[in-house]
Amino acid sequence: MELVEKMLSGSDLSLARLITLVEREAAEVPRIMSLIYPHLGNAYLVGVTGPPGGGKSTLVDRLTAVMRAKGFSVGIIAADPTSPFSGGAVLGDRIRMQQHYLDKGVFIRSMATRGSAGGLPRAARGVIKLLDAYGKDFVVVETVGVGQTELDIMEATDTTVVVLVPEAGDTIQTMKAGLLEIADIFVVNKADREGADYLAVELEQMLRMSPKDSGWQPPILTTQAIHDIGIQELYQEIERHRDVLQETGQLSLKRQEQRKREFIQNIEQGIRATILKLAEKDGQLVSFLERVEKGELDPYSASMEILSNRTLLQTWLSELEKEG
Amino acid sequence: MTEEKRIRMLMAKPGLDGHDRGARVLTLGLRDEGMEVIYTGLRQSPDKIAQAAIQEDVDVVGMSCLSGAHNYLFPAVLEKLRESGAEDVLVIGGGIIPKEDIPFLQEKGVSAVFGPGTPIKEIADYIRENVKRKA
Ligand SMILES: Nc1nc2c(ncn2[C@@H]2O[C@H](COP(=O)(O)OP(=O)(O)O)[C@@H](O)[C@H]2O)c(=O)[nH]1
Ligand SMILES: [Mg+2]
Repeated sequence: MELVEKMLSGSDLSLARLITLVEREAAEVPRIMSLIYPHLGNAYLVGVTGPPGGGKSTLVDRLTAVMRAKGFSVGIIAADPTSPFSGGAVLGDRIRMQQHYLDKGVFIRSMATRGSAGGLPRAARGVIKLLDAYGKDFVVVETVGVGQTELDIMEATDTTVVVLVPEAGDTIQTMKAGLLEIADIFVVNKADREGADYLAVELEQMLRMSPKDSGWQPPILTTQAIHDIGIQELYQEIERHRDVLQETGQLSLKRQEQRKREFIQNIEQGIRATILKLAEKDGQLVSFLERVEKGELDPYSASMEILSNRTLLQTWLSELEKEG
Repeated sequence: MTEEKRIRMLMAKPGLDGHDRGARVLTLGLRDEGMEVIYTGLRQSPDKIAQAAIQEDVDVVGMSCLSGAHNYLFPAVLEKLRESGAEDVLVIGGGIIPKEDIPFLQEKGVSAVFGPGTPIKEIADYIRENVKRKA
């Protein structure tokens, strides 16, 4: 595929167009993914999440500057929510990242969450891979996390940074279940404001009550992203976390898990798409569907009946073979 | 279940003027029209606008200029886009642009120029009809 070749030889434009295909979940995606597969695994993936307005984009901007100063190239995915009313979105994270626009070592892509249930767009995993294949040393993913489960970003990245602000002190109890459990590193940003130290202490106590058994205790950092304070320390903690993940074998375990999950998900998606296609065409499934819709047949018995009907499944499989 | 095509737009403020109220209102309005609008802030150089448009792979670049430098800035962005192989991006302009400048801008590749007070719906419809890159 020509686009992939051009991307691998360093074309920003081709990378951008491949990202669009992945984002649209185009039919070419499996092909693209298999072509770039041999080029994967070199990037270190950092997730940055937290409530809106906490300074995540500013932090990502400054962190990127530190990574660049050390000679590393950086890919950035900045996700913002899709409006449930119009399907449109305002993607404004770039405003904070202007210093990197003309740097060939930095590629920034804004994404709307589109059909995703949480802060991480469904297509983000594929886009991470493209940036990895493109040769970025770090891929930084910014998502809005509001405190429900944000497991997606934790699963998709290697180190998850949760960004809070001093004002979060009041709401911290309610966030316990979500943001707190996914953090490898806590950042209390806007430490120029009152209450940062208090929040840090509170977090510390909370973490002590539920120590992790992974051999890594999430550090709590205070930063002032707009004043460029605390960013070196953040970078160092990310490196330290990476070293621990590597030394303990957790990093390769995590990557193994990711590959396994992806494999299963791809199969599931394929099967689901196939079944739905058949549901539109095949007379038997349609008649089941109609009876279920009307309430004549309960959904459980109906699905059990189908899944245990070997001749029916066999017929469908041979249908598929005919279609190729 | 593939995602249907959604129009992506870059809203840019080239030049030195410091007012982006209009651009912000338009950004929100076009979001409400179902578009994904990337906003990059004030005082963008043509290089930066083109580079952002390429990385974001937008279908449309909208530029608003109040400073009077549009005859230099808009064509400079188009030139950069062409150089990078992204000549299939629709480019539209707005802001304070004298009527007599419009033919020149169009000749340089700006598809349309919308004056202050143009209804957002009209701009959205224009974009939908004229996006060059149909999926
Ligand atoms: N006072 C203060 N403001 C900050 C700091 N970091 C970021 N901000 C401001 O917080 C606002 C939101 O920042 P942004 O990076 O867009 O937050 P995001 O929504 O989490 O990505 C902006 O106006 C920033 O200038 C900080 O350390 N202190
Ligand atoms: Mg942001």
